[in-house]
Amino acid sequence: MIESHLLALQVVIPLLAAPVCVLLPQGRLPWLFSTAVAWICAAMAMVLLGEVMASGTLSYAMGGWIAPFGIEYRLDPLNAYVNLIVAGIAAVVLPFSGPSIEAEVTQDRLPLFYTALLLCLAGLLGIATTGDAFNVFVFLEISSLSTYSLVAMGGDRRALAAAYQYLIMGTIGATFFLIGVGLLYMVTGTLNMVDLAQRLPAASTEYATTVHTAFAFIVVGVGLKLALFPLHGWLPNAYTYAPAMVSAFLAATATKVAVYILVRFMFTVFGFGYAFGETVLAPLLVGLALLGVFVASVQAVYQADAKRLLAYSSVAQIGYIALGIGLATVLGLSAGLLHLFNHALMKGALFMALAAIFFRIGSMRLEDMAGIGRVMPWTMTAFAIAGLSLIGLPATVGFISKWYLILAALEKGWWPVAVLVLIGSLIAVVYIWRVVEVAWFRERPAGARPVSEAPLVLLLPTWTLVLANIWFGLDTRYTVGVATRAAELLMGAGP
Amino acid sequence: MSALGQYNYWIVVFLMMVGFYTVIARGNMVKKIVGLNIFQASVFLLFISMGKIEGGTAPIVMEGVQRYSNPLPHVLILTAIVVGVATTALGLALVVRIREAYGTIEEEEVQRCDEEAEVS
Repeated sequence: MIESHLLALQVVIPLLAAPVCVLLPQGRLPWLFSTAVAWICAAMAMVLLGEVMASGTLSYAMGGWIAPFGIEYRLDPLNAYVNLIVAGIAAVVLPFSGPSIEAEVTQDRLPLFYTALLLCLAGLLGIATTGDAFNVFVFLEISSLSTYSLVAMGGDRRALAAAYQYLIMGTIGATFFLIGVGLLYMVTGTLNMVDLAQRLPAASTEYATTVHTAFAFIVVGVGLKLALFPLHGWLPNAYTYAPAMVSAFLAATATKVAVYILVRFMFTVFGFGYAFGETVLAPLLVGLALLGVFVASVQAVYQADAKRLLAYSSVAQIGYIALGIGLATVLGLSAGLLHLFNHALMKGALFMALAAIFFRIGSMRLEDMAGIGRVMPWTMTAFAIAGLSLIGLPATVGFISKWYLILAALEKGWWPVAVLVLIGSLIAVVYIWRVVEVAWFRERPAGARPVSEAPLVLLLPTWTLVLANIWFGLDTRYTVGVATRAAELLMGAGP
Repeated sequence: MSALGQYNYWIVVFLMMVGFYTVIARGNMVKKIVGLNIFQASVFLLFISMGKIEGGTAPIVMEGVQRYSNPLPHVLILTAIVVGVATTALGLALVVRIREAYGTIEEEEVQRCDEEAEVS
């Protein structure tokens, strides 16, 4: 009985848990409660991915209304995979958040903080499961609105300005997306994604301009949300001033889900032939992605704040994902999708290690982190390993995605692109090394507060992600299998 | 159909540009949110006016009525209005907090405050 509703429960449980969380008393309870919810979601996501891989696409008619009239929830290998990334990261990050958030957010706001976090989780999972274009907009706004308030809870007053800036940019992005969906509805009369995909080819010959405009609005709108290179202005500030654990959660999930929307609309709704055949998207995406990798990586090198450094690095990593998609081959697309998962693992681990350091020294500035590796060896080792993964050292996940990306570029004969990817990794060496050098090879400044290793509650989740970085770097059967299957499905080559 | 016959789209595009320009060009944070509202309202109009059928009435089953307007865009926009209200509320709440923390709601002055804090 309950199994057939799993697809809906995945979204409904965190959504219903949010109002319950407001009513909980201050203290540890909201944290434990939302951790439990996240674990339930992760377990369901795992079951769902297993089912999808075994028996193909799942479909659920919300409220019993048959698609395309009602809202359909639809899970194929691609979104089952994204679903698991979001729920899995939430399940790892939430246990971590207890002490970390208690140190940064005032006691009376704790229940509200976890409510916003649960709403954000519900929104992200909703985007990843729904098969309805307008429903995507609603969930996008649920997750975004809660994200703005999460960012604003950062201790610094600059968090408020960052949240405001994010709100303006995010709302413009979402409204652009809404315009695009509206135009699609105008020419097809449907909002169901599968239905849209069937009707669009006919509509795009009859109303070529309208469909073209809709495509442009959707790509730009989602591009704002996923911080594609020239549209990334909101990201560095938002990630820098948000509470440390929120940055870890957002960096690993929010942009990934936005990438999923882009992929879903490009490949499923508009179709591969339209998105890459009749628009200028592919060269634009590749160009902007490469530019993003370089500009953002170089900017990362010059940051004095470690968290800001990672934020710029995130923009660069999104460039790699966009590059994979822009290559427009099965191999390229699966490289992009692989990096979706791999980047979530490494950025999650990096931001969590930084959060553990912040928990002890109360600062993210590189100068304050001098010598920290000697007093917090476990935390900094985690940072270093996740950093190596970001660079793309063999035996880490970073290597796997870079390897596939380079293979895909070479397959197309674009060797300059492959070289540029390698150079991008070299710049990553520089900025990761800056942090490692400060932390290990400098003395603790005289008169600095004596600090000790981070508590186990913070170390365990961080190391879980670090070990996952190595595990999935060595055993690639599962991740590559899912990513390739999703890519084949999207390109229309597979079953 | 003549260009004037689709006047609803002219209004939509005009409002959209007015709102978008306000968001980009204004430094005052409250005015930016007003611009955002106008921008969103234009999209609401876009949706609602596409559901209108000439001579159609409200979609209620009645004897002797054959043509109905499409109710779906109205329902969608009802949701979008709720989202818009929530966005406005959150935006204004942030502006209040910014005013408490910085003593100003001008974007440039907020930036200047941050730069001064960075230097000192």
